[in-house]
Amino acid sequence: MKSGRIFSALFFGLACLYFLLPLVGTLEFSLRARRGEYSLDAYRNVLADPQFHQTIGYSFILSLATIVLGVLIVAPTAFWVRLKLPRLRPVVEFLTLMPLVIPPIVIVFGYIRLYNTSSWLPLLGSAAGSDFLLVCGYATLSLPYMYRAIDTGLRAIDVGTLTEAAQSLGAGWVTVLARVILPNILTAILSGAFLTFAIVIGEYVLAALLNRPAFGPYMVWMGGNKAYEPAALAVVAFGITWASMGLIQLFSRFSKHTQARR
Amino acid sequence: MSFITLQNIQKSFGATQVVRDFTLGIEKGEFVSLLGPSGCGKTTVLRMMAGFETQTSGTIVLDGQDMGGLPANRRRIGMVFQSYALFPNLTVAENVAFGLKIAGTPRAEAARRVDEMLGMVGLSGFGARYPFQLSGGQQQRVALARAIAPRPRVLLLDEPLSALDAKIRISLRSEIRAIQRELGITTLFVTHDQEEAMSMSDRVVVMSGGRAEQVGAPSEIYNRPATRFVAEFIGSLNLVPGTVRDAATGAIETPAGVIALGRTLPQANGSAVSLAIRPEGLHIGQDGNVVLNARVADSEFLGSIIRLRVMAGGNTPLVIARFNREGHTVPEPGQELTVSANASDIIVLDGVA
Repeated sequence: MKSGRIFSALFFGLACLYFLLPLVGTLEFSLRARRGEYSLDAYRNVLADPQFHQTIGYSFILSLATIVLGVLIVAPTAFWVRLKLPRLRPVVEFLTLMPLVIPPIVIVFGYIRLYNTSSWLPLLGSAAGSDFLLVCGYATLSLPYMYRAIDTGLRAIDVGTLTEAAQSLGAGWVTVLARVILPNILTAILSGAFLTFAIVIGEYVLAALLNRPAFGPYMVWMGGNKAYEPAALAVVAFGITWASMGLIQLFSRFSKHTQARR
Repeated sequence: MSFITLQNIQKSFGATQVVRDFTLGIEKGEFVSLLGPSGCGKTTVLRMMAGFETQTSGTIVLDGQDMGGLPANRRRIGMVFQSYALFPNLTVAENVAFGLKIAGTPRAEAARRVDEMLGMVGLSGFGARYPFQLSGGQQQRVALARAIAPRPRVLLLDEPLSALDAKIRISLRSEIRAIQRELGITTLFVTHDQEEAMSMSDRVVVMSGGRAEQVGAPSEIYNRPATRFVAEFIGSLNLVPGTVRDAATGAIETPAGVIALGRTLPQANGSAVSLAIRPEGLHIGQDGNVVLNARVADSEFLGSIIRLRVMAGGNTPLVIARFNREGHTVPEPGQELTVSANASDIIVLDGVA
């Protein structure tokens, strides 16, 4: 018993080291812009760069659009599969895993071939069209995470009976989804949303090949041209991701009706 | 034409037929129970009524309106589920108001109705709580209030008491019945618990293998079971095998001797039958017109009731139930006594037990 506890503490410590050492290294390096002393110069440079603001603002808005699109596609699908087509579940699960197997470069070349300026639907001819395609691509990339998050949320509630209860009270399908199902899987949707956010903020391939001013390409450009700023940028990006995770915890803690179940 | 008419309903899931030629008329304000063992098709009938399943053939007519093709949310049929199915993200008051909101009831009127409903189920002042803060019995009351609030044409109860403990089950039983009587709402109740069905219903439909075996008032079902299944499913019963000797006079030969029922039997002479009689239909002494000699095998003292197991005519086991009264002695095992019954209490069923 006692040796077991020592072992688990040891492995926990090793795991912490494994995860934290590179981060500590990055953080330490990002603070060494000034010779011989620690300073926040690299951070100051990053935050002062107007391109930083533009790209992160752009990626932020696109990530919101991606989340909305993802929820609109995934929530009704997962709901319907769970309710009416449970035998299709493995198929749908497999399909949602495809973006992990097929590299984003395939998607983006597909887009370029299908929607170029001389095609039947020249979406890439305009900035708005390209943004739309980018959001579609992001939604595809986040599909595995969004689907799993929402499906787990649906598993925690009795979808069938709640749906029937709402229907017997006069609710149509849209009302059932909007007023009964979605509010009860809000925590799951949020965790899917923050994962999506993290993916969109860091994504490089789609944005670079569609030539859109996103945060991912900016980070890569920065990495190729500056010494200390990329490390500072990485720390900032980590901070954003962690804040997202913290928010997931916070939301699930403060959603009133789930308090007692935890 | 009844308020609700289910006509020749058939339902199959793939190759399995779960409801067979089910026909039932329900009058307005009636409380009807569907009673049967699990898998007898009772819940499927209820779900077809609600619109959650579609019958393979047959028609359901409610208040002159054919329900065929009408989706569940447009039927105005309230339903209470075994698992309560309250919306966990909504408060008690919001749960009860759900149907009113969808129906577009003005806010003030909806609030009044919610108060009225919560008062009716004895939960005034619980409106701001969330479902997880209530006990099972309270949750089921909220579910009942929620189902009744939008004034549905029919109330369906799908084993609403099965998930509750015995004590709450019994008190909620009479409460549901009282509310149903007060509102005069036509109610269809599904249960596998015969005591529940018997104590609450105007009429009981006993189901087996997807068929309605018998439809009748609880006393009728109990005292005059129409089929062997009903006789065996409801209450406990003594079954004695026999052969019809004379159908005109009702003489039947049994291992305990020839029993004369004094009435004409529909069965032919020589056909195998079973005689069925309730334990409380047998008396000690010679009060009845069918008299047998018996020896006590053992006796159980159950407080208000004494249950005796006897061997009649040497080798026919019978169970006798009698009220415990001051001055009555409990017969000892081995004691010889005379057992009698009224011929009218003896039911003749086709076939051997």
